Amino acid sequence: MGYGDREQGSVSEFLLGTDSRGNEMAIHLRSAEELEKMHRAGLIVHEVLAALRAAVKPGVTTMDLEKLADQKLAGKPGKPAFKGYKGYPCSLCTSVNGEIVHGIPSPKRKLREGDIVSIDFGMEVDGYYADSAVTVPVGEISPELQKLLDVTRESLDRAIDKMRAGNRLGDVGHAVQSWVEQNGYSVVREFVGHGIGTKMHDEPNLPNYGDAGRGARLQEGMVIAVEPMVNAGGPEVRMRDEWVAETADGSPSAHFEHTVAVTANGPWILTRPKEMTGPSW
Amino acid sequence: MAKPVQDDKKKGDSGNTKEDAIEVMATVKEPLPNAMFRVELENKHQVLAHVSGKMRKNFIRILAGDKVAVELSPYDLTRGRIVYRYK
Repeated sequence: MGYGDREQGSVSEFLLGTDSRGNEMAIHLRSAEELEKMHRAGLIVHEVLAALRAAVKPGVTTMDLEKLADQKLAGKPGKPAFKGYKGYPCSLCTSVNGEIVHGIPSPKRKLREGDIVSIDFGMEVDGYYADSAVTVPVGEISPELQKLLDVTRESLDRAIDKMRAGNRLGDVGHAVQSWVEQNGYSVVREFVGHGIGTKMHDEPNLPNYGDAGRGARLQEGMVIAVEPMVNAGGPEVRMRDEWVAETADGSPSAHFEHTVAVTANGPWILTRPKEMTGPSW
Repeated sequence: MAKPVQDDKKKGDSGNTKEDAIEVMATVKEPLPNAMFRVELENKHQVLAHVSGKMRKNFIRILAGDKVAVELSPYDLTRGRIVYRYK
């Protein structure tokens, strides 16, 4: 198995290589049609997340957000990707403050002024997946929390900027890690970005940390969900139950995500309209 | 949805190359250079086989016409490893 060998003649081409553990992996290279299908799913994801972001205010419960999402999806093609994935019960993940990811929407979880909530949502349309997330302030939040959000969003922008053919996976992770740590925050190790396409979680893993110049080379057609998860305090993670991950030291955590394709013209953010420019969220 | 790091199988054997081997009896047809032999299986298939290290270590000689046990890999049924010489 060569590093960078290409297998021609198969329905979707893929690249063989090894990941940082030495496991053999195949990274799919998506065709233009496949990217269009994923973009269609991505636009729905964006629409729903934008609506949810606008709906967040003090007093709203995380279950209200879930219901709103399901309402918005009525009549749209495809289905939410998370519901039923490994037994996950809902369409959204809503993670408040110290919760990092995979918070389960609940009618008992009321958002309060000063909270931050990260909303993660994915869609499957016509066999192809898209995954995106945004962390939203509830009412007015402290300047420290605002800075956490800004830094995390910026880390996603920097990561997306590295998603170009010829760069390596480690460059992306390194961009996130160095920016985040420069600002005194820490990067979660236990969860990683991931390839995405016909499966929600696919090869390769894209950690939010890494060494520049290491890792598999990015090639046109690769699609990866880039999702920095940043803790204001230390990087340690504690599982509250089989789903919810929270910061071990109780510090707040922010999460932003986009599904990004590597194209000849640079990174293409599939989970937002093509015309949008500027910071990814 | 974030992917937990340990999601995939860790480094290790996803196939069991030792247990997958198929052992068959064969007759040695002709010797080739480098301790390789053309052997004929019971089903008349001819296979390129090499002498296993254990046999070399113990100085076991193989001549044309010997009956031997050959291990075949499921990944390539035209190559084998001679692991035993019958009396």
